Amino acid sequence: MADFRPDPEALLAQLKGEERSARGRLKVYLGMAAGVGKTYAMLSAARECRKRGIDVVLGYLEPHGRAETEAMAEGLETLPERVVGHRNITMKEFDLDAALLRKPTLILVDELAHSNAMGSRHRKRWQDIEELLQAGIDVHTTINVQHIESLRDTVAKITGVVVGETVPDALITGADEVELVDIPPEELIQRLQEGKIYEASKVQQALERFFRKGNLLALRKLALRQTTERVDQQVRTFRSTQRGSEPWRTAERIMVGIAPSPLSARLVRESRRLANSLHAELLAVWVDAPRAAGISEQDRKAAQDALELAEELGAETIVLAGSDIVGQVLSLARDRNVTTIVVGKPVRSRWLELVSGSVADELIRASGDINIHVISGGVETGPRSKIQRETPTATWKSYGMVVLMGGLCTLIGLGMQGRFDLANIVMIYLLGVTLIAFHFGQREAALASLLSVGLFDFCFVNPRWSFAVSDVQFLVTFGVMLLVSLLISSLTSRLKSQATSLSLRERRTAALYDLSKKMSRTRSRREIGEFAAMKIQEVFGGEVAVLVRSRKSGDLFGAPESKSGFEREPNERGVAKWVLEHSTRAGTETDTLPGSAGLYLPLVAETGCVGVLALRPVTGQLDDAGRMHLLETFANQLAVAIERTNMAKDSHDASLSVETERLRSTLLSSVSHDLRTPLAVIVGAAETLKETMGPNPVRDRELAISIHTEADHLNRLVRNLLDMTRLETQPVSMHRDWHSLEELIGSALSRTEVLIGERSVHLDFPADLPLVFVDGLLFEQVFVNLLENAAKYSSPPNQIWIQASTHAPLLRITFANDGPSLLAGEEERIFGKFQRLSANIGGGCGLGLAICRAIVESHGGIIYAENRLGSGVQFILELPLMVIAPSMATRPIANE
Amino acid sequence: MNDLKTILIVDDELAIRRFLRASLSDGFSLFEAETGAQAIQGVARQNPDLMLLDLGLPDMDGLEVTRQVREWSLVPIIILSARGQEQDKILALDAGADDYLTKPFAIGELQARIRAALRHAKAPQGTGAIFSSQGLEVDHVARRVTVRGTEIKLTPIEYRLLSELVRHAGLVLTHRHLLTHVWGPEYADEMHYLRVYMGQLRHKLETEPARPQHLITEPGVGYRLRVVE
Repeated sequence: MADFRPDPEALLAQLKGEERSARGRLKVYLGMAAGVGKTYAMLSAARECRKRGIDVVLGYLEPHGRAETEAMAEGLETLPERVVGHRNITMKEFDLDAALLRKPTLILVDELAHSNAMGSRHRKRWQDIEELLQAGIDVHTTINVQHIESLRDTVAKITGVVVGETVPDALITGADEVELVDIPPEELIQRLQEGKIYEASKVQQALERFFRKGNLLALRKLALRQTTERVDQQVRTFRSTQRGSEPWRTAERIMVGIAPSPLSARLVRESRRLANSLHAELLAVWVDAPRAAGISEQDRKAAQDALELAEELGAETIVLAGSDIVGQVLSLARDRNVTTIVVGKPVRSRWLELVSGSVADELIRASGDINIHVISGGVETGPRSKIQRETPTATWKSYGMVVLMGGLCTLIGLGMQGRFDLANIVMIYLLGVTLIAFHFGQREAALASLLSVGLFDFCFVNPRWSFAVSDVQFLVTFGVMLLVSLLISSLTSRLKSQATSLSLRERRTAALYDLSKKMSRTRSRREIGEFAAMKIQEVFGGEVAVLVRSRKSGDLFGAPESKSGFEREPNERGVAKWVLEHSTRAGTETDTLPGSAGLYLPLVAETGCVGVLALRPVTGQLDDAGRMHLLETFANQLAVAIERTNMAKDSHDASLSVETERLRSTLLSSVSHDLRTPLAVIVGAAETLKETMGPNPVRDRELAISIHTEADHLNRLVRNLLDMTRLETQPVSMHRDWHSLEELIGSALSRTEVLIGERSVHLDFPADLPLVFVDGLLFEQVFVNLLENAAKYSSPPNQIWIQASTHAPLLRITFANDGPSLLAGEEERIFGKFQRLSANIGGGCGLGLAICRAIVESHGGIIYAENRLGSGVQFILELPLMVIAPSMATRPIANE
Repeated sequence: MNDLKTILIVDDELAIRRFLRASLSDGFSLFEAETGAQAIQGVARQNPDLMLLDLGLPDMDGLEVTRQVREWSLVPIIILSARGQEQDKILALDAGADDYLTKPFAIGELQARIRAALRHAKAPQGTGAIFSSQGLEVDHVARRVTVRGTEIKLTPIEYRLLSELVRHAGLVLTHRHLLTHVWGPEYADEMHYLRVYMGQLRHKLETEPARPQHLITEPGVGYRLRVVE
């Protein structure tokens, strides 16, 4: 059976395409070189658009002084340029803010690859355009093929010119439309000669350097290929959505291994091209191995740049840690179903390779069914970095230590001489070398080795005090001594760097682990922010602030703010807001608004950007790709945690509102019944009294009694409702003080005198009952409600018992009556709101016991109901006794 | 002028005023005020024998009225208020009001309070040498306390507490008032002294201490010695 399953990734990409409908559409006019007429084509299309009534604005036009082009631009609404002053030079730049403010349907911005002047929001114009698209504005722009990132090296090979301004491939491949503007190279050269492209003075130079026919042919081929690849891609997309005839096949995945070398950037570009042609997904991986600890800062930076480049080119980047580069790379490759691994050809000498092996060789040997592409070093496009292995700062001190150690070893040797064999003195020197290697670098250790051999020869080997050697066998001693000490020093320093990098990673991992552990437990956003800021500061230094987006106003607020409050400066706050809106990092160490003091990372979670992480780094602290990645990992953790609290709050709010809604409807139905019954009686009885007062005093009195009873009933009802509302809506502010239980129950009894009527109430309080530390009014209410309840569910021959006793550390109060018992399961239910046992018993709307429970629990006590033996119910109330009752030992006043 | 006592009723609710008018017109001469300002003017112009004052008035609260009136007048003031305003009641009592009633109240209760306040206004230092109510007798001269003829031994503090209540018989006394007058101003917040001694006093004077007939608790505010004529 043919399998018509579409590739899920392709579907996703297509979905993304549809989702972008809110985004502006991008059309790119692609040409092989300047002067082919891209801008002209763009302008003439724009005129067409305007004729059709589309709101077109000319955002920016490169001032080349080409008459035909300028004539074409005539009459189009043009956005004023932004004038940027920079060191006495004024430059004109595209005004992004003005464009966003004007918000036309379509905007034309020339030269996609342009680099903005210092002080602009973004370093590159394509970032401006990205922002325009995000704002939903359609953009038409132009670009020459040599500015496409992945073609940079190819173009450099063809023309010998290294292009500095490049645009990520993703922008071109992701464009909604690419129009190739093409003329034959001969015609282009002719146009150049006619002075239609450049001023006459520049023509000759241009013809000699760039506009040679061979160059142009090659560039034209590149431009055409770029366009055909795109068409091919479109056909594939079309087919896959149509569930066409093409069988489903496993997606190719290419992984490029980045090495700490300036060649890695080239490696990444080549891999991108390979991935494009295979329609494969690209992964870029860097193993931050202890082996890499010995590499120069410059090479490390190169690796980081390569990773960033890969990211820009749309690759997924992964940083691994471990000493086994090959093993790590392969296990990742297997995990991710990578089909091809691209690595660079080793540039070291064969001799060195024989000693330490090469990654490429090991990979090829161990890769199994994964293809390995090895790409040659080739032409350098960037300046070759000089290898600097050591930081020069500590040099003089460390060399001094080397000399000192040599002297010390010699002194000890001199002391031992005569009593010990010379071989033992050699051992002393080896110890010295080991110590040096342990405390300083490999270079110092090598120096110490040489010095040791020299000193040994000079001071101990006959003839002494000269470098001459009488016995030839000592030459072997020297050789072996030198070799052994070099080996020791190399092993020691490697061990040391491994230990250092391991402990560093250990610390980072621990911090990350700590963070995620803590975050899974924390509930409030502020706590999460504070903890994350603390951890990030621990690992990265500098100053950290977590800015959380308020869900009401959408504004950012600091949770917490940094100590110096750098992120509160209006400019910095602007950057943070930009980051929040665009979910893209910005600030120092990035390409967007690099002039800011802080680095701002968006906290992106499932539901969007929940906040911004602000870090004011210590200089150079984030130069290392691993650290930037780690920071991003922190940011991700933080984002997830914040989102979790947001969601928890949402779901809490939702359940709360359901509960409130349920209560409201119960209340309404309950109130409509319970309030109306007494009101009906009062109104009716009063009406009768008003109309027919006098002739029948007995009846009048009965009417007055029923008015009074029902009004009283109504009063209790309203009081309970108000109490419940007060207890629920605001955290009750309790006025706790020392109270006598006897007194509280006493006043409750006097308030319920009428209701209790002839029921006998038996009180049993021990004489030494301690005072209780409660809110007197609230507790009196508890007792009133319990008494009312007892009165409601029993009738006069029934009795009420109230008992109190101490069962340290508790005080237990029992309210019992011998009325009807509770049915099974009712013991708990009666404490719910609007719960009544039988609807026909008047009085209250079933809030009394709920109020009791709320009050008792707010005092840290419990209340529950159970059936008495025989018949009746008892309510048991247990309160924690305050341990220290106030002392009255000393009598405060003198007796009179 | 006849010998009817005059009462100024201050409440912004017509219903309450109508009800008070209907209930009190039999034994008193009444006039009314709706706002705090009117109340102060009323006290100044009519010089009533007593004022019934609602705590919640449209222009200023009853507490403020009490303070202003107390600057120049000793007219007995009874506060009318809703439940839950205990703090306001205490403030008003401390500011010089003589008593309070919680709405809704029974008219009999109101009349008893009015009588007590008027009596106290006439003889502010107490009811004479001997106080007597419901079998409880306090002889200030002999410092003797008897319940239905049986002499009760009281400690000095218990006696001072009782005599302070007797001096204001029928009226509420705040916790603070009792603490400062019996123990001294520095004991104004030592509530537990009062609770313990009140408990002891009740056990000595009441037949059923949990259902006192003389020493009545005013929840959240203070105590009152009940007078039954």
